[in-house]
Amino acid sequence: MEFLYYFGEVATPMSMALLVGGTIGGLILGATPGLSPTMAVALLIPFTFYLAPVHGLILLGAAYTSTVAGGAVSAILLKIPGAPANIATTLDGHEMAKNGQGAKALQLSFLASLVGGLFGVFLLIFLTPVLAEWALAFGPSHLFWMAILGVTIIGSLDSKSVVKGLLAGCIGIWLGTIGYDDMQGVQRFIFHSSLGGGVNIIAALIGLFAIPQVIAMFAKGRGDAAIEAIQVQHHPIGDAIREISKRTRALGIGTAIGSIIGLIPGVGGQIAGLVAYDQAKKFSSESEKFGTGHPEGVIAAEAANNAMVGPSLVPLLTLSIPGSPTAAVLLGGLLIHGIFPGGDLFERHPEVIWPFINSMLLGQILMCAFGIWIASLAAKISRVPQSIMAAAVLALAVFGSYAVQQSMGDVYVMAVLGIGMYFLERWGYSAAPLVLGLILGPIAESNYIQGSLIAGATDGQFSYFFTGGLNLALVAIVVASVAYSVWGEVKGAKS
Amino acid sequence: MSRMQHIIPSGVIALVGTWVAYISFTQQPADAFLFPRLISVAFVALALWTFGKALLGWSKVGEGVSLELAKTIAPGLIVAGIYIFWGAKTLGFYAAATISVFLLITWYDGKPKAALSSWIRRILITALIITVLYGLFALLLSVYTPRGMFM
Repeated sequence: MEFLYYFGEVATPMSMALLVGGTIGGLILGATPGLSPTMAVALLIPFTFYLAPVHGLILLGAAYTSTVAGGAVSAILLKIPGAPANIATTLDGHEMAKNGQGAKALQLSFLASLVGGLFGVFLLIFLTPVLAEWALAFGPSHLFWMAILGVTIIGSLDSKSVVKGLLAGCIGIWLGTIGYDDMQGVQRFIFHSSLGGGVNIIAALIGLFAIPQVIAMFAKGRGDAAIEAIQVQHHPIGDAIREISKRTRALGIGTAIGSIIGLIPGVGGQIAGLVAYDQAKKFSSESEKFGTGHPEGVIAAEAANNAMVGPSLVPLLTLSIPGSPTAAVLLGGLLIHGIFPGGDLFERHPEVIWPFINSMLLGQILMCAFGIWIASLAAKISRVPQSIMAAAVLALAVFGSYAVQQSMGDVYVMAVLGIGMYFLERWGYSAAPLVLGLILGPIAESNYIQGSLIAGATDGQFSYFFTGGLNLALVAIVVASVAYSVWGEVKGAKS
Repeated sequence: MSRMQHIIPSGVIALVGTWVAYISFTQQPADAFLFPRLISVAFVALALWTFGKALLGWSKVGEGVSLELAKTIAPGLIVAGIYIFWGAKTLGFYAAATISVFLLITWYDGKPKAALSSWIRRILITALIITVLYGLFALLLSVYTPRGMFM
């Protein structure tokens, strides 16, 4: 209970001002397509130079917490995920928005984020030493199986056709191989100079989700200016709290999966929401409603996204291993202030680390409060006519994809993928499995190659990839996931 | 939707898959293409399965693209294409964005073209969008965008 002793530091006017500023700024940046949590935290690093270490970390922690949740705003209202972590939120969140339930979807997403986020930070507070050992147990073979587990959910993400979902996933994995090979530096599929650095995930994400939306708005034609892009009906927050209290299974699945996956370096944030969405769908008694605007889809995805924030800091704070790009930037923020992570960090710098973690607890509550306020404004945002929305989103997509690496190549890749995706969607393909393939392909490949090299120097491939408790558990989950998808497909075909 | 609507896209995807497989299995060094080879096999198999279904008329999923839809989206796609692939670099990011946002709002706006108030509204909305973009990307985030002929 040592953390309670340091709560006073967070309650100072300076700390509270930074916490509020970081939370609001993070929500805005998170809701802006192209500005990922990593970029938001990186942008704030220079400001921390002028602050005391504890205040600098409070600012970074608040931004990290709220950008992940803020990505849900654009995912729900515009079907443009603010970051890869919010992809799963688009699947049911935007459908809810199209059905006039945008405010309800936003309220549910922020309430689920609050529950998941608080659980994740409490794990960080109470179980850090135990979890650090567990995180270290993950080697290339386990990360490979984690990526394969993610691949197995590709088919079920596409509600219309499993084969087309898998094909879209294959296209995504192939797109992930474009660029220079990591091991030998060999050029692969670089048929245009814009592809020299490979397909950037953020630019691809903007293209695959934003551009089809823009073209779909063009497709509505030259209608009346009063036609709204989406319709948002007022929704009392009390009803949202009652709704989420009835959906505890989805909330529990999202929170548990986010907490576990968040711990695993290199996989975490990007797939936590998708895996949680998939499992919530499999365990739901209303699984057929997923993809049509089911609240459980939003709750599971957003609970997972924020539940992973706390555990993702465990390897960083205790082992100096940044498990994600955002954690790597946070590591930079710590080092700048002369704080070197390690097993004894909590003894060396309790006056900095505990207020930092406490601020993340308070930050979750502030994030939820401000998020629900944003939900009340959603009705105003949604009254923007389609012609204006289409033009604004197109310009934002161009600026956002350029800002990722300040490269025109990313803008071209974004546009080509986006236009292609619009037509693919017209023929029943979906963007979610394609993006999942793009994210997981490089993770699976690099860990497979690393694992093969280790296996070559030890007991061989079979022994390395198929023995050991953790490997066998992951293989069993992969087999169960595939079997469940096949069973669902056969059951669906019969009915 | 006609059978041809399914055959053309699935045929294009099957061709891309075959090309990926050909490159993966013919390029050297083989080690660098090990993973693409694995993926391309699944890619080609699934693409040919989908193409076969389309040929046999078994494909049912999707709405396709009608001539009317193509005509409706064409102006927007042309403006967006010129903006992204030519205007942004040649005219400058903000100048190209201003022109394309204004053109898109004007084309897809259902308000009467003759009314002066509609034109003032379109100009003000375009100015507001570009101001927000400039404030966010140029002032707040210090993103250096290509200047081109203007800015």
